[in-house]
Amino acid sequence: MRFAVIQFPGSNCDVDLLHAIRDGVGEKAEYVSHMETSLDGFDGILLPGGFSYGDYLRSGAISRFSNVMSEVRRFAEEGKPVFGTCNGFQILVEAGLLPGALQRNKHLHFICKSVQLKVENNKTNFTSLYEQGEQLTIPIAHGEGSYYCDPETLEELERNNQIVFTYASENPNGSVADIAGIINKKGNVLGMMPHPERATEELLGSSDGLRFFQSMIKNFVKETANV
Amino acid sequence: MKTIQEPTAQTVKEQRIYAEWGLTDEEYRMISEDILGRLPNYTETGLFSVMWSEHCSYKNSKPVLRKFPTSGPQVLQGPGEGAGIVDIGDGQAVVFKAESHNHPSAVEPYEGAATGVGGIIRDIFSMGARPIALLDSLRFGELDNERTKYLLEEVVAGIGGYGNCIGIPTVGGEIGFDPVYKGNPLVNAMCVGLIDHKDIQKGQAKGVGNTIMYVGAKTGRDGIHGATFASEEFSDGEESERSAVQVGDPFMEKLLMEACLELIQNYQDILIGIQDMGAAGLVSSSSEMASKAGSGMVLNLDDVPQRETNMTPYEMMLSESQERMLICVKAGSEDSVKELFSRYELDAVNIGHVTDDGQYRLFHHGVQVADLPVDALAEEAPVYNKPYTEPERIKRFKALKAFEPVVTNAGETLKQLLKQPTIASKKSIFETYDSMVRTNTVVGPGSDAAVLRIRGTQKALAMTTDCNARYLYLNPERGGQMAVAEAARNIVASGGEPLAITDCLNYGNPDKPEVFWELWTSADGISKACETLGTPVISGNVSLYNETNGEAIYPTPMIGMVGLVKELAHVTTSDFKQIGDKIFVVGETKPDFNGTEIQKMQLGRIEGELFDFDIEKEKDIQDKVLEAIRRGWIQSAHDLSEGGLAVALAESAFKKGFGMDVTVDMPKDWLFSESPSRFVLSVKPENATAVKALFDQDVTEIGKVTDSKTVVIKTQDEKTELETNELKKVWEEAIPWLLKSKA
Repeated sequence: MRFAVIQFPGSNCDVDLLHAIRDGVGEKAEYVSHMETSLDGFDGILLPGGFSYGDYLRSGAISRFSNVMSEVRRFAEEGKPVFGTCNGFQILVEAGLLPGALQRNKHLHFICKSVQLKVENNKTNFTSLYEQGEQLTIPIAHGEGSYYCDPETLEELERNNQIVFTYASENPNGSVADIAGIINKKGNVLGMMPHPERATEELLGSSDGLRFFQSMIKNFVKETANV
Repeated sequence: MKTIQEPTAQTVKEQRIYAEWGLTDEEYRMISEDILGRLPNYTETGLFSVMWSEHCSYKNSKPVLRKFPTSGPQVLQGPGEGAGIVDIGDGQAVVFKAESHNHPSAVEPYEGAATGVGGIIRDIFSMGARPIALLDSLRFGELDNERTKYLLEEVVAGIGGYGNCIGIPTVGGEIGFDPVYKGNPLVNAMCVGLIDHKDIQKGQAKGVGNTIMYVGAKTGRDGIHGATFASEEFSDGEESERSAVQVGDPFMEKLLMEACLELIQNYQDILIGIQDMGAAGLVSSSSEMASKAGSGMVLNLDDVPQRETNMTPYEMMLSESQERMLICVKAGSEDSVKELFSRYELDAVNIGHVTDDGQYRLFHHGVQVADLPVDALAEEAPVYNKPYTEPERIKRFKALKAFEPVVTNAGETLKQLLKQPTIASKKSIFETYDSMVRTNTVVGPGSDAAVLRIRGTQKALAMTTDCNARYLYLNPERGGQMAVAEAARNIVASGGEPLAITDCLNYGNPDKPEVFWELWTSADGISKACETLGTPVISGNVSLYNETNGEAIYPTPMIGMVGLVKELAHVTTSDFKQIGDKIFVVGETKPDFNGTEIQKMQLGRIEGELFDFDIEKEKDIQDKVLEAIRRGWIQSAHDLSEGGLAVALAESAFKKGFGMDVTVDMPKDWLFSESPSRFVLSVKPENATAVKALFDQDVTEIGKVTDSKTVVIKTQDEKTELETNELKKVWEEAIPWLLKSKA
């Protein structure tokens, strides 16, 4: 499986995603500039964390106008996998590929630490290698990660099982319904504030993120093969 | 259009405008009579005033810095470039430096701290290295007033705001609190980078006709005379200096860093030299690049990218606008450099060329506005051998009876100590820093030293910042030794072999003989420790005039040290790992209480003669600890520092919430002694004999790790029992509570 790691000006977790794919799960990954107008030849798109465009105006608000984003949108419409972590999640939300918004953390501080995540839905192509309800240790690092949506959207997310991850023990940012990560209705676009790419080696504290990428590879490669 | 007529050279002299910029009458006379043979004009006077400031020329501290050992087989680049470089084998090297931003942070704490971080990062990537980690060392007054809380919160926010955004993990550091820093906090930032030997750069401009290019952000009027500002003391009612503080843009610096690293790695055939525009901005970077290479330079100021209108040559040359670099490239290659930087949406502009006449010439609107010998400007500031004299307090301290703490209940005293902000957990602060980005952080903040693996190898780097300035206040020479030794203990406890140090020498006004004595004698101590421990000084920075209303800070030479962990398996942390492990204390405990945390807590001040310290003994103990770690005998290692043995034991239990059963053959107050050269180790029972044999009489078995979740410590006169979680709560909640409570 060949992944594109999109580099926006100010992305800084691009290197982490690249290594998670290459060294963590042994697949191909390449950087792709925000200027690119084609994503032909890639099987999965990864939007990294960081501070694209300095988070100026609003996190993710400028990146969504990048050249490459219309390709990302096409990719998503074709049912291919798109994953955004942290700033990548913020961009997906700003681009309208996922519902809701990400606000400043409730306590207003940036926070970086390992948290406990609960797998709310293991019937997605991103999470099938996890147990339903399993608790994972995954780092967070964000200042604007408080997920918000209106009550109707929340109801819809719940009804469609679109809430994939929640914060298990404590909610670090005040998000609605303890939401940490959501998926689109079609099941091929997932965004989350925590960083599974930072949890692929026991040496660095946790390898609970590995099965996330392994699920993607297993399920989406199979899907592609079926097409 | 409004233009302000600049004063003539004659007016500069008659009205002594040079004096307002920090030049003395004698320095002005040297410039006009000995160097130029004419009166310098307004712009030229401004150039000399910043280049001859202490911040740029080290004119007061040079005789002190000459004491430091700066070489060793591992040193690839010592002091004098943007940062020092140390070999770590396999064609790789580690690059590091620390820098102070005390004065800007006192006035505008967020931007002061943020631009301090931005500046030190540029120093690292200007050498060609990829920055991999940030650390800091901070000092504030007591957290009993709103101003200090504001300073702490904003400094921390500034450090995080810059480091988090640019994507370099902040992995460690230290924060101390003492009343002397109330009006003059210390903000020292250290950056560590990784480089392949072949990529090492120098800040030089050579080859007649080669092009000088300006890259990065545009120049504004911010930070004019920042270097001079940093070379003055504070006094009440001088709030007008706010204009001297720069504003940082970490997003811009991220782009600049990536563009410069691409230039260095992929354009080696055209790149001659590269340097950060830091203190004293364009004049300092350009004149140093020419002077170092023995060249001259011509700059056309009309071509300098400007973000304000009608900037004068004086303003452009002295501006300290952030996120700018100066590069020298081969003539004819300008377009490929422009193309590279445009991909990062950055300016790259030709602003001049290299000459061979040793003159530094500036043109503006077709008129030559400066014509100076470049060496005189960059290299030949006068050097002052300042008078020094032992402060009166030292004699008084020697006459005092040794401090004896009052400990009625060791458990209560331990709880009190764990609440002292210098000892209390800094978790609520370091969790606001991204410590993991780039996924190399094996050991993050809150440990003895941070450890980062070197991707693709089995090696790692350990790094720390340390200084117990209270010891230096009592005895600068011995305290200087102890600062280096503590840094090394932290590296060794983490499994690393100390390689070299950087420093930020933070002191008061050197014009006072008592302050200069502190600087002079502490440098002797630092040098001695560096020689014994084999850790040369490879870079650093001097920050003098740290005074408020005539009161100097404690002498605070922050030591930043990097060590090499040869195998990832050697990485060791301070927390107890397993129930049943035996606990050892290495080193001798004596009733050493002068200058300690318990003295400050109980007496409200520190005083007395500093206790003994033996650097040779220290070295011997460190070597043995490292050997034991490398042999795989050590489960956890923790250096003893503020608060002594009791605090170190408690801290070792916190992470996993274990209990311990410890018996020590000493009076209960000795639990809080700060005798140097000590470690707490935990060891699997099967390795206990080997550890005892290695350390011989330098080690004492004191107990074991238990599942009781209770810290039990028996001394000669008391048995203390406290729940681990209760102690941990006190330790973790102290700083958040102090920050929230109303003064």
